[in-house]
Amino acid sequence: MIQFMLDIWNLFPDWSQIAMINIGKIVLILVPLLLSVAYLTYAERKIIGYMQVRIGPNRVGPKGWLQPIADAGKLLFKEIIIPTQASRYLFVFAPILAFAPALAAWAVIPFTDKMWLTNIDAGLLYILALTSMTVYGVIIAGWASNSKYAFLGSLRSAAQIVAYEIAMGFALVGVLMAAGSLNLREIVLAQSGGPHQWYLLPLFPLFLVYLISGVAETNRSPFDVAEGESEIVAGFHVEYSGMTFAIFFLAEYANMILISALCAIMFLGGWLSPFEGILPAKILAVPVIGTVLGNGVHWLLLKMSFILFCFLWFRATFPRYRYDQIMRLGWKVFIPVTLVWIGVMGGVMFLTPWGFIFH
Amino acid sequence: MNFGPQHPAAHGVLRLVLELDGEVVMRADPHVGLLHRATEKLAESKPYNQSIGYMDRLDYVSMMSNEHAYVLAIEKLLGMEPPLRAQYIRVMFDEITRLLNHVFWIGAHALDIGAMTVFLYAFREREDLFDIYEAATGARMHATYYRPGGVYRDLPDSMPQYLPSRLRSAEDLERLNANRQGSLLDFIWDFTERFPKHVDEYETLLTNNRIWKQRTVGIGVVSPERALQLGFTGPMLRGSGVEWDLRKKQPYEVYDRLEFDIPVGVNGDCYDRYLVRVEEMRQANKIIRQCVEWLRRNPGPVMTDDHKVAPPRREEMKADMEALIHHFKLFTEGYCIPAGEAYAAIEHPKGEFGVYLISDGANKPYRVKLRSAGFAHLAAMDEMARGHMIADVVAIIGTMDIVFGEIDR
Repeated sequence: MIQFMLDIWNLFPDWSQIAMINIGKIVLILVPLLLSVAYLTYAERKIIGYMQVRIGPNRVGPKGWLQPIADAGKLLFKEIIIPTQASRYLFVFAPILAFAPALAAWAVIPFTDKMWLTNIDAGLLYILALTSMTVYGVIIAGWASNSKYAFLGSLRSAAQIVAYEIAMGFALVGVLMAAGSLNLREIVLAQSGGPHQWYLLPLFPLFLVYLISGVAETNRSPFDVAEGESEIVAGFHVEYSGMTFAIFFLAEYANMILISALCAIMFLGGWLSPFEGILPAKILAVPVIGTVLGNGVHWLLLKMSFILFCFLWFRATFPRYRYDQIMRLGWKVFIPVTLVWIGVMGGVMFLTPWGFIFH
Repeated sequence: MNFGPQHPAAHGVLRLVLELDGEVVMRADPHVGLLHRATEKLAESKPYNQSIGYMDRLDYVSMMSNEHAYVLAIEKLLGMEPPLRAQYIRVMFDEITRLLNHVFWIGAHALDIGAMTVFLYAFREREDLFDIYEAATGARMHATYYRPGGVYRDLPDSMPQYLPSRLRSAEDLERLNANRQGSLLDFIWDFTERFPKHVDEYETLLTNNRIWKQRTVGIGVVSPERALQLGFTGPMLRGSGVEWDLRKKQPYEVYDRLEFDIPVGVNGDCYDRYLVRVEEMRQANKIIRQCVEWLRRNPGPVMTDDHKVAPPRREEMKADMEALIHHFKLFTEGYCIPAGEAYAAIEHPKGEFGVYLISDGANKPYRVKLRSAGFAHLAAMDEMARGHMIADVVAIIGTMDIVFGEIDR
């Protein structure tokens, strides 16, 4: 039987074998990703619900577990209204442009030491390039809608992302200096040796800047001026309905997951276990306990969940910044902080003997 | 740009025409009238008592306060005074209404500025306050409780309880009914014990929050002189530092017997007005406690025994011909008020709410003019919003505590 299947497999030419393996990997990444995007909305509603002394969705399915499916179904069957004055093609193109980079960026994310789709040396650059693509979707959406509210929203978003992209980029420069590599897998491996080796401690200011910029970058509260519900109604996606709206919505959540994954990889040691270097190797060799306590993809997921929880927590706690205050925070606080820290790092690493604390 | 009338921060149906330069407001032009229901005109065609219910629907987040001004104006023309217990009940419900209004305001204001959670915290307390309304009057919002000559009925000796159902477990039921075992006054007392802690909760989320301060400090500044010239009243005026409160300056009912302070602001910005209202909640809580204590000790009538104005008791009607006639006359024709005019104003949660009543001696008012606080506040929109950004317009609408029911009437 196995031989028969292998024979069929070998009938395909080499190039198509590679293509099929990669398509299989992509499906294995995207399906859980889209599911987690759907259930992140459920988690958000539940968690914020409990923070706000209510219970959140609990009607559709047992404990409301089918709520995201019902939402998706509803949005799928709704009419996509394209305003008469809108630019038709761009109007439909914008959500795709917003959503695609959030998915494409997963190509270079290493899940464990041996699990990834591609392992390219310029992984970090690739991520930076793709995450900044998302804003074009927002800008085009606002422009194509031909509505004042949407236009204001997209302008706000554009200005905001320019400011925070820089801070974010500089924060990553710190990681790059510490790890000495742009390859995400090597960045994680450079943090091995126990939680004190994670870049969280030596690069703490950069971690904060990155996390907050990440919140701003995904247009989440308290930086959600681009869609500021109570000011410009829904910002760039006021005119969207049905599936086009749903895709914007998915893009926001997919970006949240992406940012938390990057945060976990670059500052919290990715798939590395916090017990590494603390527990003796004997315990890690025990079958089940060793797998749980040792390195593995579950640690990455756990760290991501924690950061996602923080995202939701922020939303339940803070009022919204005003648009100019966000700019001030980005340009006058974050960029100087990152620049100073990069300078300090460079100085310590190359001019003093204490450079090891950053490695 | 057209801001509203369909806008999440328009507080109903405010239509604001904004002239913008980028995001900066050059001119703000509020349009009113989208919720006009001709309350004043309707009142002219009805016996006096039938308009009390309309007053609830003016400012629909501070219902009984509106009734109070109307009832006071009628009493002024009739030259009558309700029994002392009724006065205490009215003051207590005025302050409960003030809490209702301010709790709603803090939620809506915070939601406008983006802090979602305060809104839901605030509604938790509003639920209890509505239960108080319901227990006393039978209605959760539009109570129609005050009458010329007193209040419709005395406070009940028991609170309505939650009933068992498929959705509530026995422990839930016990927990929900725990503070509903005694009388309404016990429930109110229990509420006043809890409420300061809830105010602390709102304050931890907002008062020292840097984002909240950045969004409110220095926004919509009104100098004391301008505030007076613009006809501001209530927290809007006190936020600018003018110490003016009708409860102290022209005490009505039993306010002169109660002990409370009037908070005033310094800078006249949104943040000061926020602080003033938060402190007013604490003071209102204090007044309610004093009223509950007095009401517990002093039972008595809550309605005048002048049966030209107030209906006689049911039992009397069965045996007494005169009582029956009184009842019939009162519910068909109403009562006539001697010709004359009167203005009665109260310290409404939003400011001075006044009723100007002209009677020509008939059983209907010749003219009713309502002075709503929000109208004067909204008129200052342009002055307060000019030079600020769109996001600040939302904060300013929030700080004005606008309700269109009373502005459009």
